[in-house]
Amino acid sequence: MRGDAATMSVSRPVSAAQAVAACGRQNESLILAGGTDLMVLWNRGALNGRAVVDISGVREWRKITLLREGLSVGSLATHSAILRHAGVLESFPLLARACATIGAAQIQNRGTLGGSLANASPAADTFPPLAVYEPLIHVVSTRGRRIVAFSELFLGVKRTSLRPGELIAAVELHEPGRKPNRQYFRKVGTRAAQSISKVVAAGLLWLNKDKTAAEVRFALGSVAPTVRRLKTVEEFLTKKRLTRDTIGAACALVHRDISPIDDVRSTAHYRLTVAKNLLRQFLEGRP
Amino acid sequence: MARSLFSPSVGRSAPRKEGPEKLRGAARYIDDYALAGAWHGVTLRSTIAHGRVKGLRFDPSFPWSECVVVTADDVPGANVVALIEDDQPVLADGLVRHAMEPIALIAHRSRARAYEALKHVSVDYEPLPAVLSMTEALARKQLLYKKDNVFKSYLIQRGDVERGLREAAVIVEGEYSVAHQEQAYIENNGMAAWKERDGTVVALGSMQCPYYIQKALMKALGLPADKVRVVQAATGGGFGGKEEYPSILAAHAALLALKAKRPVKMIYDRHEDMAATTKRHPAVVRHKTGLTRDGRLLAQDIEIVMDGGAYMTLSPVVLSRGTLHATGPYDCPHVRVRSQVVATNTPPNGAFRGFGAPQTLFAAELHWEKIAAALGIDALTLRRRNLFREGSTTATGQVLRESVGAAAVLERAVKRSGYGKRRARCAAWNADRAKPTWRGVGLAVCHHGAGFTGSGEVMLASRAGVCLRRDGRLRVLASSTEIGQGANTVFAQIAADTLGVPFDEVEIETPDTAKVPNSGPTVASRTCMVVGALVARAAGQLKEELKNRGLSLSSPAELRKAARLLCGRKPMRSFVVQYEKPPQVRWDDETYQGDAYAVYSYGCVVAEVEVDRVTFETRVRKLWTSQDIGAAINPLLAEGQIIGGTTQAIGYALLENVVYKDGVMVNSQLTDYIIPTALDTPAMDVDIVKNPFSGGPFGAKGLGELPMDAPAPAIGAAIHQATGKLVARLPILPEVICAAVKA
Amino acid sequence: MIAFTVNGKRRTFKGPPFSRLIDVLRESFRLTGTKEGCGEGECGACTVLIDGKPVNSCLVPVCQTAGRRVETVESLGTAAKLSALQRGFLKAGGAQCGICTPGMLMTATAWARAGGCAERTALRGALAGNLCRCTGYQPIVDSVAQAIGARRKRSRR
Repeated sequence: MRGDAATMSVSRPVSAAQAVAACGRQNESLILAGGTDLMVLWNRGALNGRAVVDISGVREWRKITLLREGLSVGSLATHSAILRHAGVLESFPLLARACATIGAAQIQNRGTLGGSLANASPAADTFPPLAVYEPLIHVVSTRGRRIVAFSELFLGVKRTSLRPGELIAAVELHEPGRKPNRQYFRKVGTRAAQSISKVVAAGLLWLNKDKTAAEVRFALGSVAPTVRRLKTVEEFLTKKRLTRDTIGAACALVHRDISPIDDVRSTAHYRLTVAKNLLRQFLEGRP
Repeated sequence: MARSLFSPSVGRSAPRKEGPEKLRGAARYIDDYALAGAWHGVTLRSTIAHGRVKGLRFDPSFPWSECVVVTADDVPGANVVALIEDDQPVLADGLVRHAMEPIALIAHRSRARAYEALKHVSVDYEPLPAVLSMTEALARKQLLYKKDNVFKSYLIQRGDVERGLREAAVIVEGEYSVAHQEQAYIENNGMAAWKERDGTVVALGSMQCPYYIQKALMKALGLPADKVRVVQAATGGGFGGKEEYPSILAAHAALLALKAKRPVKMIYDRHEDMAATTKRHPAVVRHKTGLTRDGRLLAQDIEIVMDGGAYMTLSPVVLSRGTLHATGPYDCPHVRVRSQVVATNTPPNGAFRGFGAPQTLFAAELHWEKIAAALGIDALTLRRRNLFREGSTTATGQVLRESVGAAAVLERAVKRSGYGKRRARCAAWNADRAKPTWRGVGLAVCHHGAGFTGSGEVMLASRAGVCLRRDGRLRVLASSTEIGQGANTVFAQIAADTLGVPFDEVEIETPDTAKVPNSGPTVASRTCMVVGALVARAAGQLKEELKNRGLSLSSPAELRKAARLLCGRKPMRSFVVQYEKPPQVRWDDETYQGDAYAVYSYGCVVAEVEVDRVTFETRVRKLWTSQDIGAAINPLLAEGQIIGGTTQAIGYALLENVVYKDGVMVNSQLTDYIIPTALDTPAMDVDIVKNPFSGGPFGAKGLGELPMDAPAPAIGAAIHQATGKLVARLPILPEVICAAVKA
Repeated sequence: MIAFTVNGKRRTFKGPPFSRLIDVLRESFRLTGTKEGCGEGECGACTVLIDGKPVNSCLVPVCQTAGRRVETVESLGTAAKLSALQRGFLKAGGAQCGICTPGMLMTATAWARAGGCAERTALRGALAGNLCRCTGYQPIVDSVAQAIGARRKRSRR
C-alpha cells in the first residue's frame, strides 16, 4: 500500500449546494463517491498530495425516485441499491442485471452509478444497458443544471464531456413508449464472478405486428474506447424480418461500429467474434 | 481433571490444531506483529530485463537523512542467495539479469514515505540484448549461462528407443506447451528482521523452510548458525512460492535492520509479489510415441525444455521431477527422456505445487488423446492396457513393489463418474446443433513421487522429534511449517496415537531454528510421509523409555509424574531421530537410474466440461477425483488438500495466464491475473483409496502435490470431446478455443 | 476526529481522515483480524461489515465511516466461545491457511443475517468476492450451508 494519508486533504460537503461549491473552487480536486475506483489508484501511491472532495454525504443524490414515466437514480445510489429496487427491476431490468455482475457484493455495496459514469471506463457493465435505455444525465455546477444525453457523455477512454466543476447528480431513465418484445444483457468476463468484462452487451427489440423489426437498439462495451451503439446494425435491421440470412448479414456489420483491441485480458479477434455471437443470440431470441 | 478415554485420532478428522485462532482472526501473520521501533523496508528493482547498472541517482531534494539505503556494497558476507548454485545475488552488483531484480533497499519509519523514496531514485542502465524466450535461449545468440544457456539437463534411458520406434506399428507425435503460473497465495510475502543484543540476527515471517533461510542468512551475513535464528509466523499459503523466495527477502530485511540498527519489516504488496517472485516453470514437451496396433506402448521418446528464468534457483530439481514423471504412470520397454532447463532474462522461476510434474504430465496425458485418434482405440482402454501395476518397472529401472494404486484410482473414478455413459451423452448433446453449448468428458491418470528424489532425502538428513516438558506438556519438534495443509494437526495425531494420549494433549512447537531440528523443507509431498515417520519413530522412543522405567501416560497425573521423573532438573527431555534411507531404496545420481522415489501416490480425475458456443468459455460442470495417498491420517484435511489442489489446477487449465511484456509480468494483480472464485469451480466428488504403504506413518504416502497433476489434462481431453479440437497448450483460454474452432 | 462504532464499541480516530479503514482497524485499534491481500478490492480478505453490509475495507477511507457501525471478525466469537459459523468452519474444514477466513466469515455472516439461503450455487455467488487459494471453496460452502441450516433449525424450535 503506497498511499500516504498524511498528504491528503479532504473536504466533506453534506449537500448538493456545498458539493457543487467545493468543486467549483478546486478544479484539481479528486471527487470521491464510493471509492471503488479512486482508492485502487490511491493504494498504488498515484494520488498522494491531492485534495479530495468526498461527496458521499450528499444524501439527496442517494435516492432512487419514481417519475411519472420512469425513474430518477441518484448519482450516489450504489449498485446494490439499484439492483434491488423494485422500479428498476420492473422497468429497467437490464440495468439491474448489469449492477449484479459488477465485481461482487463488496464492490456493489460501495460503487455508485455516478462514480462509474464519471470514471468512464470502456468496460463498465452498466453502460450498454444505459446506452439502450437512453437516459438523461443531470449535471450540476455553480453555473446551474445541465442535461446531457447519455450518448454525449463519453469522449474517450476515461474521458467524459463534463466540464470542470461539474458533478453528476442523477440519471433520469424514461420508460420507452411501448414495452420491448425482447431485452437482452450479457457480460462476458474473465471468469464467472468478480471480473472485468471482455465484451458486454445489451439489447432492446421492438417488433411490428408483422414480425418485422420496428426498432432495434444494441450496445457493446469493452470493444471501443467508449460504449457503442451499433448504429449500422440497427439501421440495417429496421423494418426487416429477422430471418437467418438477415441476422447473418447484421452480424457481418458489427465491425463497423466497434474497434476491439488486444490487451492484457483478451484479443481483438475474440472480442469481435463474441460480439457477433452475442448479437446473433439476441436477435435469435435465445436465452 | 477428567480425561476422556484415549481413542485413536489417526484416520479421523481431528479438528485443525490452530483452527480456533485462525477463525477468530487471532493467528498472527507477519504483518500483524507490531514490532516496537520497526521501520519499513522497500525494494528498488530493475525496470529492464538485462543490462549494466552504471549508477544510482538520488534526488537531492528528498530528505535522505530520514532513510537508510542498502546496496550490494553493504552485504557483509557473500552477495549470494545460498541455494543450489549460489548464482543469484542478494542485490544486483553492476549487472541486472531480469526485470524486477532487486538493486537497492530503502527503509523509513513510515511505509508510505519509504515507497515515496523509491520514486526519488533513478537507475542509469546500459541495456544489453535480452533473451526472453526458451527459443531465443536455445538459439544461443546471447549467452547468459555458461556456453549453452542450459542450467541443467538430464537423460533417462531404458531399453533402446530407436529400436522401439522401428518396431512400432504406429508412431504418434505431439508437442505440448504450458505457461507460467503464479502461486497467488492470499498472504503476500513478508518478513521482519532485527539484531538481538547478543548479536543474533532474527528473521520472522511468512515461509515454508526456516532452515533454508538460516542457511542463506549465514552466507549473506557471514554469521555462524548459532547467530542466525529464523522463526515462522502464521503463513497465509505457500504452494512452493515461499519455499526459496523468503531467503532473499529475509536477507533484504536483515541488511536493512543491520544498517538501521533497528527492526525492519518488509511486506510486499500484490503487484510486487506477483511481478518479482518465482513462478511455475513454463515448458515445451515433445512426445514421439511408438505403439503396437492394439495400443501397447513400445517406445516413448520425450524431449522437455523448461524456462528457468535468470538464475538457477531450484531449476535442476524442478526439471528432475518433471523428467522423472514425463512418461506418465505407464509401462514402456523403451524410453528416452531428454530434458533441459534454460536461462532467460526473466524473473527466476521456482517451486509451485507439483514442481515440474504438472507440466510433463499434462503432455503425457493429453498425448493419449492423439494416440486414441490415431489408433481408433478409446483413451480409457489405452490407459488400462498400459498402466503401472505392482511389479512394473519405471523408466529409471525402479520396480514398483507395493502400494501401486494406479488401476484402483482409474477404475474407481471411471465408475463413480459413469465415464462411459457420460461420454455417450455428451456425444449425443454435441450432435444437436441447436444446443447452446458443447459438452465433453475427459480423464487423466497420474503418479507423483513422494519425498525428495533419489538421494535427496539422504542428503537432507532430516531430523524431527518429540519432547516431554517438565510440566507434562508434550510437543512435536519439527521445522515443517503449517501453511494450511494441516501439518500441525497430522503431526499431533501421529504423535498422540503413537504415545496413546488424546490428540488434544499434543502441542506443536513453533518452527523456530532455536527450538526445532532441521526436518528439511516443507515441500515435495514429504511432510506427512517422511517427517511424520520421524515424529512417529521419536514418539516410539519416548514410549519405549517410559515403558523401561515403568511409567505411563494414561492420565494427566501420570503424565506429569512421568515428565518430572524423566526430566529431572532439565526443563525437558527431547527424543529426536534422523532420517534413515530404507535399505531397499537404491539410486544412482550419475546415471539417474534406480528408485527415484521411495513410493508414488496415484490419482485419477474425470472432468465433465461445458463449452459455451457463443463465448467459448469453459465451465467444469462436475469433477470426480480418486486419489491413492496410502492412507488418510486426517480425512477432512486430506480432502481439503485434494479439493484445493484440484481448484488450483482448474485455474492452471482454464484461467491463469501470466502475461509477459519485455520480460516483466504486466498483469501483476488479482484483477487481471485470474484465479478461480467460488463460482468457477464445481462441486467435486472426492474419493480416497485405501492402499497403505509400509514405509509411511500409518500407511500414508505423499498428498500435497498429487491433486495438481491430473485435472488439467483431464479438462483438455474433455474440451477435445466437446469441441473436436485438441488444444495442446495451457491455459485453454476462451480466446484459444475461439481461434481453434474458427480456424 | 472521526467517531464510529467498531464491534459495538464507540471508537474515535484522530489521525489523517484519508487513512484507510483497514489501516485504522489494524494499526490504530490493533484489530489485526482483518487482512490485506491485494489493495484493489479483488480478494475480499479485508471484508468488514459497515451497517451490516460487506465491503472491502482496503477501499474505504475512514472519513466515510463517521457515525457508522463497523463489524470485524473479532466480533464473531471469543477464545472461550466460537460463533456457530466459526464452529461450522472448524468442523467442515473451512479454514486452511486462514488468511481469507476473516473476510469469508464476515461475508457469510452478512448473508446469513440477511436471510440468505443455504443453496450451494447461491452461496457460491454470495462468496464470490472472497478469494481462497487453499480450500477450493467446497469446504467453505459446506460450512456456511450447515451453519445456516442449523440456525434455521434452532429458530424453528
